[in-house]
Amino acid sequence: MGAGAVIVGTGQAGFQTAASLRAEGYAEPITLIGGEPQIPYQRPPLSKGFALGQQDFESIELRPEKFYQDHRINLIAGKRVTQIDRATRHVKLESGEELRYEKLVLAVGSRNRKLTVKGAELDGIVYLRSLEEAVVIRDRLKNANAVVVIGGGFIGLELAAVARTMGKAVTVVEALPRLMSRAVAPMISEFFRELHTSKGITVICGATIVAIEGPDGNVRSIALSDGSRWPADLIIAGVGVLPNVELAQGAGLPVANGIAIDEFLQTDDENIFAIGDCAEFPCAFAGTRIRLESVQNAADQAQHVAATIAGRRSAYKALPWFWTDQFNVKLQMAGISNGHDRTVMRGNAEFGKFSLFYFKGERLVGIDSLNRPLDHMMGRKLMSAHVPLTPGQAADESFDLKHLAHTVGAAHH
Amino acid sequence: MPRVTYISAKGDVREIDVPVGTTVMSAALKNGVDGIVAECGGVCMCSTCHVFVDEKFFDRLPPANDTEEAVLEIAAVERQATSRLSCQIKVTDTLDGLIVRLPEKQR
Repeated sequence: MGAGAVIVGTGQAGFQTAASLRAEGYAEPITLIGGEPQIPYQRPPLSKGFALGQQDFESIELRPEKFYQDHRINLIAGKRVTQIDRATRHVKLESGEELRYEKLVLAVGSRNRKLTVKGAELDGIVYLRSLEEAVVIRDRLKNANAVVVIGGGFIGLELAAVARTMGKAVTVVEALPRLMSRAVAPMISEFFRELHTSKGITVICGATIVAIEGPDGNVRSIALSDGSRWPADLIIAGVGVLPNVELAQGAGLPVANGIAIDEFLQTDDENIFAIGDCAEFPCAFAGTRIRLESVQNAADQAQHVAATIAGRRSAYKALPWFWTDQFNVKLQMAGISNGHDRTVMRGNAEFGKFSLFYFKGERLVGIDSLNRPLDHMMGRKLMSAHVPLTPGQAADESFDLKHLAHTVGAAHH
Repeated sequence: MPRVTYISAKGDVREIDVPVGTTVMSAALKNGVDGIVAECGGVCMCSTCHVFVDEKFFDRLPPANDTEEAVLEIAAVERQATSRLSCQIKVTDTLDGLIVRLPEKQR
């Protein structure tokens, strides 16, 4: 038996790689190793049900501990890999131990961008990525009165909704002119601004933080570039992430906005792959190299790399999709809408049931759906199979998307 | 405790006692039933916990909502008349004896 596969990172991507390798019939040893002390768990609930106290750890673990024994996956939780020796195919751990690999998968994720503003070191400023941080947020939310969320992206808005649901006074501050602006069209941003406002949240866009103030070492207030000042005893910062590229960089592998991989999810070294949040890959749907932070991307790339290692090599071409839950509203996103030049609406905006179809020329590149689950699912099927849909068809409610999608045959997603 | 029987595409049978209120999906994961992937964690965004519910029990289930119906349309193995997402089936006493069959693939 050889050295087998070593997977670095125990998030969704790392877990799924190990599970899929076994499902693919890979018989060599599998080691799944990462710095987090827990067995692999789902991250999406951390900013939703877990933060609200509705879900506990057991309900978010990806599989029970026994799964790893049953599938002969050597799970090493709580140990960090610090170095890759490509010449001898070893990884070195912080503890000094070494592990030999035949194939190495880097699923090392990303880390939060930290605030650098004056006062960023005060107590009462929290970030969310890990379970440990989620526990801090959940516990601190219980005793907080005034919560300021910095960053009007998905994580920030989901946590703002959680805090408001718990009865806190909540202010959201977004530097750009509208919410979730990197991901959605103005109409969707506006829908969510109205949603959050209607629930009693103060939403401030186009303002930046000048200083966080707390004369006694604890956060007390926040001063904005528009001259306003808001009381705060808890600040939740969701201002983006940075890919963890250092391990790859240290091994001389090319990095850009993430560890650089090709369409086979392979780095410059044919025995080393990178997947998930940490990896920059050529995306057919985006028409460019991108890096995605999502469950879909982690799970699909993991499944794909597992198939490749198990001997079924092919180019990666899964369609990106994503969701966010804010209050009782679920926004479903399919494709990559960046770079679109027109949008077409299907459904009824007044009743909050509509989808926006994003087109680049005549080509459908993305769909955002609110309370229109069939649009989302059929859109995924159509885009995955590259079945053309015209703007006219998208806008015409009498045009049957399900019928068109069924011409695709077997599901691609 | 209600008992749920999982039958794999190959015909392997697993009988599991499931606490009331637990979903058919999470009971499968907890008890190591292969053939349920549950990629999205039970939020109706993927179809990887698709099951075929035994006809005798199908009508006892609360009907699928629009979201679940939409997801079933993208199942890796084409949906049938008694298809459901197992993340949406909460076990109750009246479902004791429930039988679900697993598709041959979920992705």
